[in-house]
Amino acid sequence: MADTATAPAQAGAGPAPVAEAAGISKRFGATVALRDARITITAGESHALVGRNGAGKSTLVSILTGLQPPDTGVLRFSGAPAPAFGDIDAWRSRVACVYQRSTIIQDLTVAENLFLNRQSDGVLRPIRWRELKRRAGELLGEYGVDVDPAARARNLSVEQRQFIEIARALSFGARFIILDEPTAKLDARGISRLFDKLRDLQRQGVAFLFISHHLQEVYDLCTTVTVYRDAAHILTAPVAGLGHQSLVEAMTGESAATAIPVAAHSAPARDGSAELLAVEGLTLDDACRDLSLSVRAGEVVGLAGAAASGNVRVGEAVAGLHPARQGTITVGGRRVRTGSVPSALKAGVGLVPEDRHIQGLVNDRSVAENATLTVTDQLGPFGTVLPARTRSFARRMIRDLDIKTPGAATPVSALSGGNQQKVVVARALATDPRVLVAIRPTNGVDVKSKEFLLGRIRQIADAGKAALIVSDELDDLKACDRVVVMFHGRTVAEFGRGWKDEQLVAAMEGVGATSAASDTEAHGR
Amino acid sequence: MSATTDVTDTAANVGKAGDTDTGRGLGLGRFRELSLVPAILVLGLIGFIVSPAFLTSDNLIGVAQQSTELSLLVLATALILIAGRMDLSLESTIGVAPVIAVWLVLPTHGARFTGLGLLPEWTAVPLCLLVGVVIGAVNGFLILKLRLNGFIVTLGMLTMLRGLQIAISEGQSIVELPSSFTYLGKASWLGMPAAIWICVTLFAAGGSALAWLRHGRALYAIGGNAEAARTAGIKVDRIVWTVLILGSLLAAFAGILYSGHYGSISATQGSGWIFQVFAATVIGGVSLNGGKGSVFGALTGVLTLQLVVNVMTLAGVPALWNQFLNGAIIIVALVISRFASGEKQE
Repeated sequence: MADTATAPAQAGAGPAPVAEAAGISKRFGATVALRDARITITAGESHALVGRNGAGKSTLVSILTGLQPPDTGVLRFSGAPAPAFGDIDAWRSRVACVYQRSTIIQDLTVAENLFLNRQSDGVLRPIRWRELKRRAGELLGEYGVDVDPAARARNLSVEQRQFIEIARALSFGARFIILDEPTAKLDARGISRLFDKLRDLQRQGVAFLFISHHLQEVYDLCTTVTVYRDAAHILTAPVAGLGHQSLVEAMTGESAATAIPVAAHSAPARDGSAELLAVEGLTLDDACRDLSLSVRAGEVVGLAGAAASGNVRVGEAVAGLHPARQGTITVGGRRVRTGSVPSALKAGVGLVPEDRHIQGLVNDRSVAENATLTVTDQLGPFGTVLPARTRSFARRMIRDLDIKTPGAATPVSALSGGNQQKVVVARALATDPRVLVAIRPTNGVDVKSKEFLLGRIRQIADAGKAALIVSDELDDLKACDRVVVMFHGRTVAEFGRGWKDEQLVAAMEGVGATSAASDTEAHGR
Repeated sequence: MSATTDVTDTAANVGKAGDTDTGRGLGLGRFRELSLVPAILVLGLIGFIVSPAFLTSDNLIGVAQQSTELSLLVLATALILIAGRMDLSLESTIGVAPVIAVWLVLPTHGARFTGLGLLPEWTAVPLCLLVGVVIGAVNGFLILKLRLNGFIVTLGMLTMLRGLQIAISEGQSIVELPSSFTYLGKASWLGMPAAIWICVTLFAAGGSALAWLRHGRALYAIGGNAEAARTAGIKVDRIVWTVLILGSLLAAFAGILYSGHYGSISATQGSGWIFQVFAATVIGGVSLNGGKGSVFGALTGVLTLQLVVNVMTLAGVPALWNQFLNGAIIIVALVISRFASGEKQE
């Protein structure tokens, strides 16, 4: 299928694709990361790989770049079998990769970053800095990157660093480059400049595998698209012939809904209840710009968005984790000092953090201690924490949230994932918050616990409180009265109850009603 | 429309900010490691004013010689810190390595301290260096292979090695040293103590390696972002291990110089030095978090600390105040280098 959409440049020369993977399977313990997956990238092609979280994209990247060996399957580059696993130099001369996480070292100069670990020819050969700088200048010039090779990487913009990563990756001689979510950290102008650069490279015969959560970018840049879902290959087709809707369907696996995408606005039934959370004109560094949001008493609002949309940061900012550049957060009519957790707690905000292992639990401590971490001031007079009171408080939480634990003194690490998550929720509820911010509240929990937790959040709202669920999980968002969708730091759509999966996914991926990003690109030129 | 202009403006501003940053950052980056040089000059001026004895070659050479052992430890610590690690046990290595070497070569009878007499006396120096290598290798094994916490491992090693030294030397100073062992600490080449020449050479070699060798530059990469270094094909563990061994080797060598200089191995040799070593290294601009700093900067750190003591002594400040002043100068130097470089020290 992929052969139908080869770029004109080198298609006639030879039929061997620059990279070809077939029958690739990979398991990590009990999880199947890839099941009989395949992909073919022809020379000079710009190929997109899309799929929701957990579709197996990252695993495919690490297999294609030689970081992990596949369990089964064949990998070929330009017709020749892949180099031996572990031969880093050989892999790099066949496939270049710009990883999601930056591999630029901030305190070194651009020139040194470009030639890291090959600054000189031999190990004992001294580095000739002037020569290195000259070579760096040539390399940057070759790819049209306007950066001073002597500048420190720390002082460059995100976009410039990205160009340097691309130049470095290609300098090993590969004519095929994998870009893993290169646009995630860029603003609209940066993205448009990146795309210009990529088109230039494509004209020079470089082939791409472009991974992005933003489907609009796929339409802008790529000729062929491959969709993965649930660790398996779903389809490969020319982008031109594939409508937005069929693409989203392929990603979500929902059968075609006949409904045409409705205008994304349907005002929710506002019952005139008091506004408990008001976010106005909020601007956070690298996350969102001029964002407004309001949650009323008795309401559960979803804040949806893909990984780089900034929704998680907004949720965390409400809980006082990030200072705001501009704008205000008001809880129950009282202004909260942004960036101050105590202030947010006092105003009545409870937070279920995104990652319970990093931000949530103290693993070796007991369930009781973890559940009462936010309310230690209520557990005894004069700053003391009375064990008896802690225990009784914890028992109440255990009953309330139906936490399955042998006892309040059990270390929290001994609990199952779902019950650990309940402890985190218990901690958030311990302060009896007026506004509950839950970030991916059902992350990694089983179906039963998921239902229970979402039900519990609903109960909180029914008791006259407000809840904000920040998530990209459709199941979480289905529990909401209203869903606000963020894309690249802005709200782009709002849905009342009764939205269709593909509408919401399309909004989160930045297609359909929201081509804001591509518009600005055009203007930004 | 408004949205569009908005984006464009922000992007333009970002670009502009980036440009100015580049200029400023570069200038400061170049001067960062020199930030203590003015302090040293001021100290020299004060010394010149308070005592005519300060600016004499005898005094200055004396200061330099006293600095040699400390500065070798500082060189070792600078290398290790730049690679993003720590080794506290250096201060015990400086004492235990000479003791073990001497113990193995001294005759079994005849002197106050009885050795094992296993090997000829000329092997004392190589043996001492070998002990250093072994200590570094063990540290590396514990930290890199067993993945133990480097700070605690080397803290344990510090205590253990100090105990080993006391057990072997029976808590006493060893004065009957082989002549080959004391030569380097005592000898004078071209009118200057050999130790100073050696020290200068080692610093020059270390500085050059960091500046002009791939493996030297790899230290900065590893300390700055070990994950990125690994993706760049740098053999992170192997290089860190080598640096740890090199550090202990330098400490053992410092032990040889120290023993030679004072003609004996004192039971408390090196005890408590590690604080001064870290202080000197950090005020010299090496970051405790790794990836930043230079050997030359670390050297200026040692010289500053030593000059302060010297000037104070010449000025007639009672020696009882030395410790207080040492601590005070560390804090003052940190404040100076914080503002001279304009960068936060985290």
